[in-house]
Amino acid sequence: MDNQIVDFAYIIAAVLFIFGIKMLGSAATARKGNLMSSLGMGLAVVATLIAGGFSWTFVIVGIAVGGLIGVICAKKVQMTGMPELVALFNGFGGLASVLVGWAEFAKDPTFGENALIKSIAVVLAILIGGITFTGSIVAYLKLSGKVGGAPTVFPGQKFVNALVLLGIVVVGVLFAMNPSATLLYTLIGLSCLLGVLGVIPIGGGDMPVVISFLNSCSGLAASAAGFVIFNNVLIVAGCLVGASGLILTVIMCKAMNRTLGNVFFGGFGAAGTKQEIEGEMKAISVDDAYYVLEAAQSVVVVPGYGMAVAQAQHVTRELGEVLEENGCEVRYAIHPVAGRMPGHMNVLLAEADVPYEQLCEMDDVNPTMETVDVAIVVGANDVVNPAALEDEGCAIYGMPIINVHQARTVFALKRGQGAGFSGLVNTLFFRENTRMIYGDAKETLTNLVAQFKD
Amino acid sequence: MDILLLLFVFVLAAFLGFELIQKVPSQLHTPLMSGSNAISGITIVGAILAVRSESGLGMWIGFAALVLATINVVGGYMVTDRMLGMFKGKDAKKK
Repeated sequence: MDNQIVDFAYIIAAVLFIFGIKMLGSAATARKGNLMSSLGMGLAVVATLIAGGFSWTFVIVGIAVGGLIGVICAKKVQMTGMPELVALFNGFGGLASVLVGWAEFAKDPTFGENALIKSIAVVLAILIGGITFTGSIVAYLKLSGKVGGAPTVFPGQKFVNALVLLGIVVVGVLFAMNPSATLLYTLIGLSCLLGVLGVIPIGGGDMPVVISFLNSCSGLAASAAGFVIFNNVLIVAGCLVGASGLILTVIMCKAMNRTLGNVFFGGFGAAGTKQEIEGEMKAISVDDAYYVLEAAQSVVVVPGYGMAVAQAQHVTRELGEVLEENGCEVRYAIHPVAGRMPGHMNVLLAEADVPYEQLCEMDDVNPTMETVDVAIVVGANDVVNPAALEDEGCAIYGMPIINVHQARTVFALKRGQGAGFSGLVNTLFFRENTRMIYGDAKETLTNLVAQFKD
Repeated sequence: MDILLLLFVFVLAAFLGFELIQKVPSQLHTPLMSGSNAISGITIVGAILAVRSESGLGMWIGFAALVLATINVVGGYMVTDRMLGMFKGKDAKKK
C-alpha cells in the first residue's frame, strides 16, 4: 500500500477528531461528535492495518482481547463509578505510550537515523506516559475506595519528589546521549514512581483537577509517542487531547480558586485555625420539612459527592417531580467541582432522567438565590460553605460557592454531625436559616416523596 | 519526515485544541473528558506499528501496548456514548 494514501487517511482522521471534539462542546451535537471521532479512530486503525507488514495473529488477538475488555467495562460500569473508570482507561493509555517507546528501543537500540530526536522522544513518552499510568492507577484506587481518599503525606515528601524528578532528568539526558537498556528500565521505574508520589498526597476533593490533568498528560504522552515513530496522526490527536485536558484543568482550578501548583504541592488543610462558630446546628424532622416544601414556590437542589455515595440521584429527581406537580419551580444548581470529576453531578442527574434545562451553573443560580424559598443540599459540603467567602483563615477561602445561605430556608441532608471529608467545619450548618435532616440521603428523600404522594 | 515539520504540526494542534474547548458548558465536562480520553488511545496506531517489529521482545511489548490502547479506545468511546445517550432535553424525556 502506498504510504501517501495512508498519510492521507491520517489527515482525514485528524479532521474527524477535530470536528468530533468541537461537537462534544454542545449538548445537541455531542453524541454525533463522539461518533465522528470514533470514525476517525477507526479510519486511522484501518489505514495502519492496510499498510500491513506485521504479524496478523498478534494484531487480531490483541485487538480482540483489548476490545472485549473495553466493551465489558463500558457496559458494566455504573454511572456513579464513572470517575474511576475514566481514570483506569487513562492509565492504560499512558502505559501504552510507555510501551510504544520501549518497543521502539527494543526494535533498534541505536534508533538509526535521527537517533537524538528519537531518543529524546522516547524519554518524553516514557516520562509522561509513566506518570500518567501510575498516577491514574493511584487515582483509580482512591476513587473506587480501594485505598483511603485522604492525602498520604510523610516528612520530607517534597524533597523526595524533587530527588526523583532530578534523577529522571539525569537518566533522561544520559539516555538521550547514549541509549542503553539499563538506563531505559531505570527511567521507566523512576517515572512510574513519580506518578505514585505525585498523586498520593492529593485528597479526594481535588480529584477533578487531578483527573483532568492526567487526561491532558495521556494526550501529551500519545503525542510524544508520535514523535518516537514519526507519525503525525499521533502527534495531532495527542496534542488536541493534551490541550483540551489542560483547559479543563484550569477551569477546575479556577472553580476552587487555586493554582495547579497549589493542588499538587499545597498540602491542603494544613493551615486553618479553629474558628469560633456562633449558633448551633438545628435538626428538623422529615414531617416538618415536608410542610415547608409543600408551601415552597421555588426550590434549588444542590447535589454533591454524598448523593453519588448514597445512590440518591433517582429519588432526588422523584422529589423534583412531585415538587413541580405541586406548582413549585425546581432547579438543580451544580458547582463545577462537585463530585469527583468534572461534570460528575450532571452525569448522575442525566442518568436519573433530569432534563438538562433544569441543571443550572453556579453563576446563573447565585444572583437569584434570595428569591429561593428552599435550598436542598444533598450530600454537598465544601461547595456550599460560606466560610469560603467570609473566613480568611479558612483553607478554602476565596473559592466561589453556591450561595445557598442566602436562600430563605436551607435543608442540609447529612449522615451525621461530623465534618466533611476535607475536615473543614461548614458554617452553613450553624446558620439561622439552616435546618439539618440527619440520616441516609436516599432514605430521607424517599420519605419526603412518600409524604407528597399521601 | 522532517522533525521541524512535525513540531510545526504539534504547535498548531495545541493552539487548535485550546480554541476548540474554550466554551464548553460544565454539564458536558465528563463526556468531553472521557471522549478526549478515548482519542488519546490513538497510541493504538503506534502499537500496531510496534507489532511490526522483528525482535521477539519488541513484538511482545507492542502486543501489550495494543491490548491496552484498544481497551482505552473501545471502552472510552462506548462509555462516552452511553453517557451522552442519557443527556436529554425536556421534550425527549416526556416520550
